[in-house]
This record gives sequence, C-alpha cells and structure tokens, in this order.
Amino acid sequence: MPFDENEERRIESAEETWEEQTLRPTLEKLPERARQFNTVSWHPIRRLYTPRDLSDFDYTQDLGFPGLYPFTRGVYPTMYRGKIWTMRMFAGHGTPEETNRRFRYLLEQGQTGLSVAFDLPTLMGYDSDHPMSRGEVGKCGVAIDSLADMETLFDRIPLGDVTTSMTINSPAAVLWAMYLAVCEKQGVPYDRIGGTIQNDILKEFIAQKEYVFPLEPSMRLMVDTILFGAQCLPTWHPVSISGYHIREAGSTAIQELAFTLADGMAYVEATMKAGLDPDAFAPRLSFFFNVHNDFFEEIAKFRAARRMWAKLMRERYGAKDPRSWLLRTHAQTAGCALTAQQPYNNVVRVAIQALAAVLGGAQSLHTNAMDETRALPTEKAATIALRTQQIIAHETGVTHTIDPVGGSYFVETLTREIEEEAWTYLQKIDDLGGMVQAIEKGFPQQEIADASYRYQQAVERGEQVVVGVNRCVAEVEEPIPLLQIDPDKAAHQQMEKIHQLKKRRDSYPVDHTLDAIRRAAQGKDPWARDLLMPKILDAVRAYVTLGEIMGVLREAWGEYVEPAIL
Amino acid sequence: MEISDRVRAGDVRAMARLISLIENGFPEATSALKGLYPFTGQAFIVGITGPPGSGKSTLTDQLTQEFRRHGRTIGIVAVDPTSPFTGGAILADRIRMQRHSLDGGVFIRSMATRGHLGGLAKATNDVVNVLDAAGKEVIFIETVGVGQDEVEVVKTAHTSIVVTVPGLGDDIQAIKAGILEIADIFVVNKADREGADKTVAELKAMMALGPGRSDWSPPIFKTVAIEEEGIVELAQGILAHQAHLDQAGVRQERQRERSHALFLELLQERVTRRLLERAAANGILEQTIERIAHRDLDPYSAVDEFLEKAGF
Amino acid sequence: MVEERKIRVLVAKPGLDGHDRGAKVIARAFRDAGFEVIYTGLRQTPEMIVSAAIQEDVDAVGVSCLSGAHMYLFPRIVQLLRERGADDVLVFGGGTIPDEDIPKLREAGIAEIFTPGTPTSVAIDFVRNRAGRDRK
Ligand SMILES: Nc1nc2c(ncn2[C@@H]2O[C@H](COP(=O)(O)OP(=O)(O)OP(=O)(O)O)[C@@H](O)[C@H]2O)c(=O)[nH]1
Ligand SMILES: [Mg+2]
Repeated sequence: MPFDENEERRIESAEETWEEQTLRPTLEKLPERARQFNTVSWHPIRRLYTPRDLSDFDYTQDLGFPGLYPFTRGVYPTMYRGKIWTMRMFAGHGTPEETNRRFRYLLEQGQTGLSVAFDLPTLMGYDSDHPMSRGEVGKCGVAIDSLADMETLFDRIPLGDVTTSMTINSPAAVLWAMYLAVCEKQGVPYDRIGGTIQNDILKEFIAQKEYVFPLEPSMRLMVDTILFGAQCLPTWHPVSISGYHIREAGSTAIQELAFTLADGMAYVEATMKAGLDPDAFAPRLSFFFNVHNDFFEEIAKFRAARRMWAKLMRERYGAKDPRSWLLRTHAQTAGCALTAQQPYNNVVRVAIQALAAVLGGAQSLHTNAMDETRALPTEKAATIALRTQQIIAHETGVTHTIDPVGGSYFVETLTREIEEEAWTYLQKIDDLGGMVQAIEKGFPQQEIADASYRYQQAVERGEQVVVGVNRCVAEVEEPIPLLQIDPDKAAHQQMEKIHQLKKRRDSYPVDHTLDAIRRAAQGKDPWARDLLMPKILDAVRAYVTLGEIMGVLREAWGEYVEPAIL
Repeated sequence: MEISDRVRAGDVRAMARLISLIENGFPEATSALKGLYPFTGQAFIVGITGPPGSGKSTLTDQLTQEFRRHGRTIGIVAVDPTSPFTGGAILADRIRMQRHSLDGGVFIRSMATRGHLGGLAKATNDVVNVLDAAGKEVIFIETVGVGQDEVEVVKTAHTSIVVTVPGLGDDIQAIKAGILEIADIFVVNKADREGADKTVAELKAMMALGPGRSDWSPPIFKTVAIEEEGIVELAQGILAHQAHLDQAGVRQERQRERSHALFLELLQERVTRRLLERAAANGILEQTIERIAHRDLDPYSAVDEFLEKAGF
Repeated sequence: MVEERKIRVLVAKPGLDGHDRGAKVIARAFRDAGFEVIYTGLRQTPEMIVSAAIQEDVDAVGVSCLSGAHMYLFPRIVQLLRERGADDVLVFGGGTIPDEDIPKLREAGIAEIFTPGTPTSVAIDFVRNRAGRDRK
C-alpha cells in the first residue's frame, strides 16, 4: 500500500534486523524443508511477504471496490452477503427418464440450478444408433437423440423457474435449439429462459478434444449462436468460456488463466467482426474455471482473471457498459486432483478446493464426488459433495465479508504475479496472430502437453507429493461402493426410441429443414446472411435427430483431425 | 510357407514382420529379400519431403484417396526422426491416414530413422521392395526434409515431391540449399494461407537461377490438403511425370542409377563389415589403431597394409 | 553385429472421449524409455487399432478409455487380434476403470490394467519384460 518513505524505511530496517537476529540463527539450527518452495504450477513462493511488496500498490486502481472496475474484489457490491453462489451440480446418465428423476430429486434437495451432463455420442453429435456410439450410450451422461428426449428430460420441471446449464460444445447449437423448443412447448417466453450452453469450441481443440468440425466452421457456428442469443434471448448465456478442461488436460494455473482469456478474446473479436457492438453481447459471456489444490494460487487466479478481463473489455475492446467488463464465473473442483487411492481423502480435497473458489469469488460451484476417478458418482457421494458447499456457505462464516483475503501481502502479490505472467502469454498469442492461429500452430497444445508431462514426472520422482499415491500409501485399499449401471439398457432403449421416432414422424419437414441447413452451411443459400440457428430450430421442431443435423454439417464442413502434439 | 511367399501373396502379417526384421538388421531379412527381389520393380515410387508440419502426411493421405479411387493399391512408408537422446521415437504420421486403415488395398508403415545399418536409404529401399513385391502399385515415402539422410531417401524414388508452405521465410532458402535439385514436382501446400502466390513466384525465381534441367521442368502445384483442393491436379502431375520417365527412357536410367547406388552401398557396407569383423577377431584392428595413434605408422600406409593382408 | 530389437508400441485412444492426457504422457514416457511409439490419436475404433497394430508389427498395444466403454472396447481389440492371428500382441489399458471390471478384462485377454496413479515406469517395465515374450 502506498505509505510514506519514513514508514517504508522503518519496515525495511525492521525486516533487516529480523533477518539478522531472528531468522538467521534459526535457519542455522534448523534449515527449511526445501531450498525453493513452489505452487503446484511451479510458481515460486517466497518465505514472507510484507508491506514492502505492495509499496507501489494503488488501492483504487488495483483493487477498487466490489462491483466496481477492475472487480478484483468481486463482481457484485454485496457478494455472498446478498446471495450465496449457485450450487450447481453436474448430473446425468443413462436415459432421459433416469436423468429426469435425478434432476427432480436434486431440486428437492435444495439445489438451485440444473446442470446437464450429456453422454459422449451426444457430445460428439452422433445418435445412439451410430456405430461410433457402441458401448458409450448413457455412460458419461444422458443420451439425447431428438426433441422427444429433451421433452422427457425436462418433464415436470418448469423451465421458467430454473436455470439450466448444458455442458455441450460442438453440437451446442442443436441441443440449445432442442431446449428452446421444449420451452416453447411449456409456454415459457424466450425472455424468461435462463441458463448457459458451454459452447466454448476453442478449448476443445486445446484440451478436451470433443471437436467435430475444423476450426473455421466451428467458430462460425459458435458466433452464430452468440448472434442469435443477442437477438432473441436476452437472458441466456450463449457461452461459458472454460479453463476447467485446460487445467484437467494438465496445464498450469497460469496457462489455464491465459488460454481461457485468449479464447474469450477470440470470441469477442469474431463477434465484433460479425458486426456486433461488444456491449450487445459481452454482458452475457460467462466463464468456467477449475479450482485445484494450491489454495492461494487458485484464489489469486480468480482475482487476476476478473481484473484482466475488465481491462481487456474496457481498454482493448472499448466496451462502455460496466456489465461488459464483468467476469462472472462458474467453478468446479479439480477432477484431476482426486486420487483413486484412499478415495475418502477426496472429500477433504474437494472441501479445500471449494473454499478456494468461494474465497476467489465464484458465482456458481460444482463440487466433485469422491468416487469420480473410478465411475460416475453414487447418489451418496454426490450428496456429500453438495453438503460440502452448504457447510462452507452456512457454517464457516467466510461469506460474511467480501473478499476476505484482499489486502494480504501474499495474496495481492501472487495475484499480481499471476496476472503478469498471464499477460506475457497473451502477448505471445497476439504475436502468433491470435488464439485461432496459435491453436493451428499447436502452441497452447504443446505448452499443456509439456506441463502435464512435467507434472507426471514430478509425481513419479516424489517431488510433488500426492497423499495416498506417492506418500502415506495404504497397504490395503479399502473398496468403496460404486454406481452400478446396466451397460446396455440405455443403448437399447434409445435405439428403440429412434427407430420408433423415424417411423412415426413426417418425412417432408425433415428433408426440407435439413436441406435448408445444408444450403446455409455451404454458403449457397441466397439468404446467406441469415443465421443457422433458426434453421436448426426448425429442424429440431420437426424431430430431426441430433445425428442427422450434425451429419449434414459434417458433410458440408468436414471433420477435424488434430496434429499429434505430445 | 516361407515368409517371402507369404509376402508375395499379400499376407499383411508377413509383410509387417519382414519389415521388422529389416529394421532390426536381422539376417533372416536378407534371405527373404533375395527371394523377393525378382518380383520387385513393378511399383511406382513417390517420395514426399518438406519441412516439419508442411502437410506431407495430409497430402499423402489425400493422394492415397485419389489413387484408390482409380483402383491403385498403395503402400506408404512414413519416416519420422529417432530421438538422439533416448533412441526412442514418436511416429505420428499415421494419424492423418487412419481412414485408410481398414482398406485392404493400403498398407501403412511408420519407420523411425534409427541408426540404420547401411543407412536409412537402404533400409527404406528394402522396405519399399517388400511392399513392391507384395503387389502395391504406388508407394509413397514420407520424410521430413531436413537432413542429408532424408534427401538420400527421396532420391531413391521415381518421383520426388518437395512440399513447402507460404510464409516460411528463411526456410525456403534451406530448400534451395538442400533439395531444390532433387524435386520433380513442387507443392505449395496450405495455399489457403496468405502469400501462396508469393511462394510460387519465389520458387520460380529460384528455379530460373538454378542449373536447369533439359529433360523436365518441375511443375509447381498449389494445394489445400485439408480441403482436398489441388489433389486431383497433383495426382495428374505425378502421372505426367511417370509418363515422362517412361517415354524418355529416363525411368530405366533412374532404375539403373538406383541399382548402381544401392549395389555400391551394400557392397561398401558388407566389405567393411566383413573386413572389420575379421580384423577385430584376430586383434589386428586394435594393433593397427594403436600404431597409428603412436605415430608408428601413418594411416595411409596402414590401410594399404591392411588391405594387402586381406588379400586385395 | 546385430542391433538390439526395438520395442514398438501402439498407443491409441478408442472410444469417443477426448481425455488424451494419460495417453500422451505414456507415449512420451515410452519414447523416453527408448521405445518406438506409434500414436494414432483419438476416436479409433477397435478395427482401426488392430489393423494399425498388425501393419506396424508392434509388440504391444496400449489403450486408454475414460468414457466407461472399456468393457466393450478392450475385449473387442483382443478378440480382433486373435481373429487375425496376432494374439502375440500384448494389450494393456488404463483409464477410469472400476476395480471389479479388472478381473473380467484380464479374463478377456487384456494383459494388464494400469489404474490412475500408476507411475509410468511401471508400465514401461511391464512392456519391456513382457514384449515379444510370446512372439511368434
Ligand atoms: N491451413 C492448412 N492447414 C493444413 C493444410 N494441410 C495440412 N494442414 C495442417 O497442417 C498440420 C500438419 O499437417 P501434417 O500433414 O501432419 O504435416 P507433415 O508435414 O506430415 O508434418 P510432420 O510429419 O510432423 O513433419 C495439420 O494440422 C494439418 O491439418 C492446408 O492445406 N491448409
Ligand atoms: Mg507427417
């Protein structure tokens, strides 16, 4: 903090005295455990931070006040004093019927928003009866093939009252269209529909790898949804710009932060290029970060992210509306930090990670279940994970004041250092010609692959301690109950449903709407300035399946094959 | 059945195993190769080289697709570097070609540069012979155009394609230095990127400066391999070069040159190996080196003496 | 002078999930151990994997699957290798695999399952010791 020179000199001399008279004798007797301490991302951490670290710190500029630029202390003026974060637990498996039951159970348990996990065939845009779907239907999430499934999924759930987050990327436009069609049937007007589609296609190329089309058409489809949202759905979040998967793929915290912001910048730039003013869509952008084990690094990451995004939106993109400057974020505890060994320990890890997300100021949170390294969570494990959030919210008192760690010499320094390193990455990406170009050149992929290899080697050499894995290993592992799923039931049911649907539905609108999509995708439509989204809506209303729509787009645009970056 | 018979019958396992024997320098390979040799010489061999990431594998994949459309069977040898530090290698060219993995008319083999006995070119040539004898009609060899070894490999092909991309800057100079002379066809891939025409112009300028070839002036093709653009033209360019080779009798000439080079290489390798084995066994090698090192003997006389003793 | 036979391993990701962190780390570790690694990348069907394994004449095939489809995918790979007379190729796997599935996978012919947290050195030693032992 800015203080006068006398004060600074006083502290400096006191520190010198301390080093000489107190610290040194101790170090001579008892050296520290390591010569260098680092965060889990290899960011160096010093012994002690003092006011001198913040001597050039400007409170109003660097921190400001909650709800005000640059939002380091939080995006809202009252934060959790006004409203606890949304406890949004990701759920879904098997058939739409099963997941519908689960959703209704979760809502009864006090959950405040829904979050849909789709199975891999859905995520990849294949119907349940496609050969690539073999063995995968209903495994990692719910299988959705057509509007009929979506109707079942939200049966007896009033979509005007809940908000829904859908983790879907390559086929996001199609699943979103199905959701909107269900809302239409429930009679919920577009301006009362709230929720998010993940729709963050760039991180698929970098990290999660659930891409379908090449980069360019992928970006086109993504921007299409932003434009449609800006026109028709003022309350919907058309993208959740996600660092979560980047971190899960093995990145460092700083890479997660930098690459996520770079993805966001690419979307802003592409949408502005399509003719939209940033203030017309930026307030609807939202983010999704990982919360890993390194407590303070994670808190600092969230704080740095808000400050950087605010600067980017205001200074670089010239957004005028303060809501465009806000980085609102969902957080999820790090799946990759959990261990298959001694799974009960994961409950503790998740609690600490969740606390970091809350101290970091997240708007919504998913806490992982302890058994997720082995299978989908059991109901009991998922409930403990939810209870963990509730305990933090209602018992620990950390919600009583805003940004309780703000002003800590350590946290403020770390926040600043992380921000600086992330800016360096952003500069590099700018030099490569922006994020799309950088991905084409394999830059973020290589950085992540290197970090993940380095981490694995550190664990194997014992330099990075993982309790239960390379330290405090149990002689005998106590087994825990895992969720049992009938492996083929969902597949059979879904295949039968598709079969029935195709027999039943009217084929004229199917062909007609698919043809319209094809022409628009190929750019041969005379109304080429039209968006794809309304055409996709027409198709889903006619019960065209996900696989059919994605199949037409695959034909038109081709499929992406990634370069080998190891 | 002998492994060579199985190879001739197109048995995939036998081909794959024989290639491993070749790569590992096992003696069984030589006897099989002897048996196969009479049945080689049928395939048309296309070398593809260029800087890392220029799209060689994607082009190979697309050309394979195009030649398959016309019913030709295909063999692919994709060479990637061995790590000098660990001796290991990551061979990843196949990723771009996996759509052909279920096509019985296509055989793909990844090869590491290793420290091949007798050189990478010889090993590659042996592998090509296996594919040739197994009846593959067109054989693509993909190598990264960086080192001398790779250039040698491409030289063994009938048609050598040199791939470049726009915006490489100084790398085009590297091409000029190393492989300009060996190119029968130039490809400017990634023509969807800015500067493709400039790269074409630069290549033309370079060719104008070069020694020039009387019989064939290498055409330049622009391609966008990922979009399948320019592939049909490139395939036709390859066929045109093939026709040229046949017409002008150049192909036989090349075949002769190749045989010549390979024979010399093999001879060199064998003679050296035999001499050294014998000399090492009776201790002469050690002694001679010792004397040279102590300046008791000059290396020139040493070699004379050595060869004389060996009966040359 | 005969060179030492190189160990060749195919590393592939069958199934639809894109979680290739483990596959990439193991591929790199194998390379650093001096193996030749053929990396075929994501979303490979068992048929594609087996065809590549045979053409490349590998000693071992390493597959990782985090989607829960391992009970279909892994045994199918072993079965196809057998059908094509390549049952001397060692198949091992990793990923999100519940304990109780492991004996069933072993029974189906998968040589070893490396669960999360297994050091790469264990997989390296395993392949090195077993590779080519049953080679025909
Ligand atoms: N924009 C563009 N990208 C291309 C084109 N052809 C290939 N690529 C991309 O370039 C990258 C490298 O392609 P590869 O075919 O693997 O190149 P390569 O020369 O075989 O690479 P190495 O074997 O690693 O040296 C991939 O990401 C391809 O998708 C093209 O025509 N245009
Ligand atoms: Mg290649």
